[in-house]
Amino acid sequence: MKIHEYQAKEFFKKYGIPVPKEKVCFSLDEIISTAKEIGLPCVIKAQVMVGGRGKAGGIKVAKTEEEVKTYGSQILGMDIKGLKVKKVLVSEAVDIASEAYLGIIIDRNEKKIVLMACKEGGVEIEEVARQKPEAIYKVYADPLLGLLEHKAREIGLFLYGNTKNAFDCAAIALQLYRLFIENDASLAEINPLVVNSSGNLIALDAKINFDDNALYRHPEIEAMRDRESEDENELLAREKDLSYVKLNGNIGCVVNGAGLAMATMDLVKHYGGEPANFLDIGGSSSPEKVKNALEILLRDRNVKVIFFNIFGGITRCDDVALGILEAKKVLDIKQPIVARLTGTNEDKAREILKEAGLIFAKTMDEGASKAIELLKQL
Amino acid sequence: MSILVNKDTRLVVQGITGRDGSFHTRQMLNYGTKVVAGVTPGKGGTEVEGVPVFNSVAEAVRKTGANTSVIFVPAKFAPNAIYEAIDAGIELIVCISEGIPTIEMVKVIAYLKDKKCRLIGPNSPGLVSPGETKVGILPGHIFKKGNIGVISRSGTLTYEIVDHITRTGLGQSTCIGIGGDPIIGTKFIDCLELFAQDPETEAVVIVGEIGGRDEQDAAEYIKKNFKKPVFGFIAGKTAPPDKRMGHAGAIISGTAGTAAEKIKAFESAGIKVGETPAQVAELIKSTLK
Repeated sequence: MKIHEYQAKEFFKKYGIPVPKEKVCFSLDEIISTAKEIGLPCVIKAQVMVGGRGKAGGIKVAKTEEEVKTYGSQILGMDIKGLKVKKVLVSEAVDIASEAYLGIIIDRNEKKIVLMACKEGGVEIEEVARQKPEAIYKVYADPLLGLLEHKAREIGLFLYGNTKNAFDCAAIALQLYRLFIENDASLAEINPLVVNSSGNLIALDAKINFDDNALYRHPEIEAMRDRESEDENELLAREKDLSYVKLNGNIGCVVNGAGLAMATMDLVKHYGGEPANFLDIGGSSSPEKVKNALEILLRDRNVKVIFFNIFGGITRCDDVALGILEAKKVLDIKQPIVARLTGTNEDKAREILKEAGLIFAKTMDEGASKAIELLKQL
Repeated sequence: MSILVNKDTRLVVQGITGRDGSFHTRQMLNYGTKVVAGVTPGKGGTEVEGVPVFNSVAEAVRKTGANTSVIFVPAKFAPNAIYEAIDAGIELIVCISEGIPTIEMVKVIAYLKDKKCRLIGPNSPGLVSPGETKVGILPGHIFKKGNIGVISRSGTLTYEIVDHITRTGLGQSTCIGIGGDPIIGTKFIDCLELFAQDPETEAVVIVGEIGGRDEQDAAEYIKKNFKKPVFGFIAGKTAPPDKRMGHAGAIISGTAGTAAEKIKAFESAGIKVGETPAQVAELIKSTLK
């Protein structure tokens, strides 16, 4: 789960990580009054959960009251990569003496939590990792003891030549690590971490992602979810315990299992079609789940053909068939359905769906081809 | 021969009294797996499908000689179930549970260090050595005894590919679902090392997906050390960045972990990559003939 910069900064404050004087605003009036409070010049930052806000014109420095109004009204409501800006962060402008990167992630290969530092700030760390990995300094936290103090100092001394900044940085690193562990983060990033003109460290930007698997034990974090920034169908799917990701094509896919669901999208593309979505109905799927899946799929107006690809193991094909029948009764499904149901109880499934007007396929290759053919006929 | 599990596998099912645990106990018994014990704290002394249930893994090991455990308990309780199995001296733990917080897995991996115990999973469908034993939830009927080793991060996609392999007339030595989580006990390379030493495994299939760089590491290892033919498939060519595709581990972070970079790594290591699941089986057939 992702949160906004202003929410991440609230975590920073709670953990004593220094941030600029700033406030989140929801209207132009609020922006103007906040700018007065904070003083000019100030920075107006769009709060949307996509990278590249700056390049898209979503971050501006206002030097006068006039500019606060102009930029405030420009940024509030603007569209950044398909997301409408509904809130902005008004922040004191910091005189930057130097910028660095400090972040924590879980290193999948080492199977440990890793703290990473880079002397360049504002970079995309994955890109640096690829282009010049030697620019990234890493220290690992001990899985059982946590981030040891001397390791935190090691990072501080790597980034800064003077001990004041180095040890302040070590303290920030330790707090960032605590934040990471206590809240089950999957990423906690200060990018950039700056030294201001008075020589103090400040976290200018903040990014925290949380481990979806751990949200059950953090209801307060789940409550921070910005439902407006997420796809409505994806939210609905999560509530119904389905895994759904919207894509831009027109062949709706319903599959059991995440790997097979990805392979099905790829296969549709392979045969020249465009998948409308990723949708995994899970292992032991009941007719109810299948009905819910179809309901979510049909909310996407782009879906012109539906492709069921079920490899029955624990999932029983007759359950899926019953779900399709049930859905056909209550939903107005105009789109043709191509069904590839193989494995456990596939004969029963065919019997159940005999009169349902589906197009059957024996293999997933045949199913994908048929779905694309049907699309051409529409 | 086979790797990791065989006819000498004596299995204890942790969480045997639950819905999934009891259902799959029946399925495994039907396949011929020696399910010797079940564990559910508080249900000791009862039976499930004729299998005795104990209050602890240690007791189950002492009384039945169990050497392998399969875990069906909810994610919340799964790390403790793993710790218990490690302490009871279980040699191989297969964790089916999905949804364990990643930070908990970091601790589990640290606890496993220097212990004579291997963990498969979590979020694994289990493993099968056809004709010998099945541990987990894979559908037994699609497998056939043979010489192809299969390693996969996924469940149903593995079944799809195995089904194609079986239909071409070839069989499998062992098929391992290593799990779809970002942190797992046994990775592609670990399985490759075991398959390298197994005389009956003639070729290996790696079924990978987006996220992480386990496939790239496997490719490097194969280039340097692995002599048997390897075939591959990568799922998620059409997956968008920064979106979790079902599995917790299946996510492209920014520009890292894409299907394209994994396929490239495979190809540069001489691994033949199928564009579709069906093509994987065709490639194997035409190469091994």
